[in-house]
Amino acid sequence: MLKILKYSFYDLIRSRWSYVYFLFYLALGFVLLFLNNDLSKAIITLMNVIIVLVPLIGTIFGVMYFYNSKEFTELLLAQPLKRSSIFLGQYFGVAGSLTLSLVLGLGIPFMLYGLFKSDAIWNFSLLLVTGAFLTLIFTALAFNIALSNENKIKGFGYAVLLWLFMAVIYDGLFLMSLIVFEEYPLDTFSLTATMFNPIDLSRTLILLKLDISALLGYTGAIFKRFFGTHTGLVVSVSVLLLWTVLPVWRLSAKAKRKDF
Amino acid sequence: MIQLEKLHKKFGRNQVLSGVDLSIGDGGIYAVLGPNGSGKTTLIKSILGMVVPHAGNVLVSGKNVRNDWRYRQNIDYLPQIASFPGNLKVRELIRMIKDLRQKPSDEDNLVQLFALEPFLDKKLRTLSGGTRQKVNVVLTFMFDSPLIILDEPTTGLDPAALIRLKGLIQREKEKGKTILITSHILQFVEEVADEIVYLLEGKVYFRGSIEQLKNKTGQIDFEHAIAALTTPTANA
Ligand SMILES: Nc1ncnc2c1ncn2[C@@H]1O[C@H](COP(=O)(O)OP(=O)(O)OP(=O)(O)O)[C@@H](O)[C@H]1O
Ligand SMILES: [Mg+2]
Repeated sequence: MLKILKYSFYDLIRSRWSYVYFLFYLALGFVLLFLNNDLSKAIITLMNVIIVLVPLIGTIFGVMYFYNSKEFTELLLAQPLKRSSIFLGQYFGVAGSLTLSLVLGLGIPFMLYGLFKSDAIWNFSLLLVTGAFLTLIFTALAFNIALSNENKIKGFGYAVLLWLFMAVIYDGLFLMSLIVFEEYPLDTFSLTATMFNPIDLSRTLILLKLDISALLGYTGAIFKRFFGTHTGLVVSVSVLLLWTVLPVWRLSAKAKRKDF
Repeated sequence: MIQLEKLHKKFGRNQVLSGVDLSIGDGGIYAVLGPNGSGKTTLIKSILGMVVPHAGNVLVSGKNVRNDWRYRQNIDYLPQIASFPGNLKVRELIRMIKDLRQKPSDEDNLVQLFALEPFLDKKLRTLSGGTRQKVNVVLTFMFDSPLIILDEPTTGLDPAALIRLKGLIQREKEKGKTILITSHILQFVEEVADEIVYLLEGKVYFRGSIEQLKNKTGQIDFEHAIAALTTPTANA
């Protein structure tokens, strides 16, 4: 699997899109720091961008890479390699190179700005960890969609729909149900609803850590009351981990049964 | 070498293999024939584990290949459609396959044999179909495995390359290898094959030497014998 990972990773690192992605984050980091002139404030703005953008990029890159590397995959299948290694290797290659662009692109400007001397370092690290999780999760979901859809256009469509649903529609539905069922106790409902959406979960996770009550929002407040800040963090990281492991597991199981 | 037991495979509602029983011994050249869409490639891909059969078993060297992958170490396979990552150079592709298989290989002589030196630093996407097929042949023959599977190896090759390919096949046969070939070029099949396996309607319809086929159908030439095999009067 490591060999496949290596080939996929280098293949992507050499591609133009990785640079674009890296440069975008680099620019974003510098601009935010320039505008905010304050690490903590920059982190909050950054969170709002990351939480929407990282899943989108992961989804699109994942689907694109899967379909574009069809020939590579077919070549590998005839070689003495385990099927799950082929697909997991490619998956970690894509997710790894995306994560690297994210971490380096944001890390460099913040480091230059004196991140290591500031107490924002932990908040910033958590932001990057969450970004890495979101990349892993949405790339895995994208690979699953692409594996199940022979038709490129369809696969692409489903993947973008998935992102749209998680990033935009889900929140709308959630808020609407909060308003409609106002009179009922909704704590458990909100908790569950948040767990089922990795984007919401990531937002709650970061806000819990930042511990800014004004921004915590309804779900964040429930999280805090329910678990306390510390357990809340642990619980949300564990659920994110689950969100990563399940699609990766399905990918490897599904790949075993597919014909090429 | 290879045993297929009651192999069934369907794609959606399209039943392609319906109970193929076939046993292929050690050594010799076996030609798998049949009309377009009769399942030759599907059969080969089941042996390689690229297609997962619905029922039945594939045994290579006596071992069931289900969920195994190490046995492919002993198979050199030439796919019918050479699908290579297009933005790789020929040289990089050869190096990558060597790196993945970790076996001794003899690509330099083959590159020379097919005069591929000028193309080594070209991207695969930019190669002509025949040149790509030559690369395909080099990748297949550069290792020294006891089982060789060639799916339409002659596609796109010019006469000179075809002669070299036949030479390669003969050379490997003399080493005592088992070679499985599909082809629609009957002249080629007649020249190289020791035995014919004819697939029709998802089953092995005929199996035997070319002589036996001619006797069975009462035809004197191979082409007519194949044609007569599928017409109802053939067995009368
Ligand atoms: N991955 C697949 N998905 C769906 N159908 C498939 C797939 N692979 C093959 N088929 C179908 O299976 C049938 C047999 O195909 P196969 O490629 O095995 O034929 P073949 O004997 O190799 O033909 P040819 O002489 O044209 O190479 C065809 O009807 C084909 O459409
Ligand atoms: Mg075929």
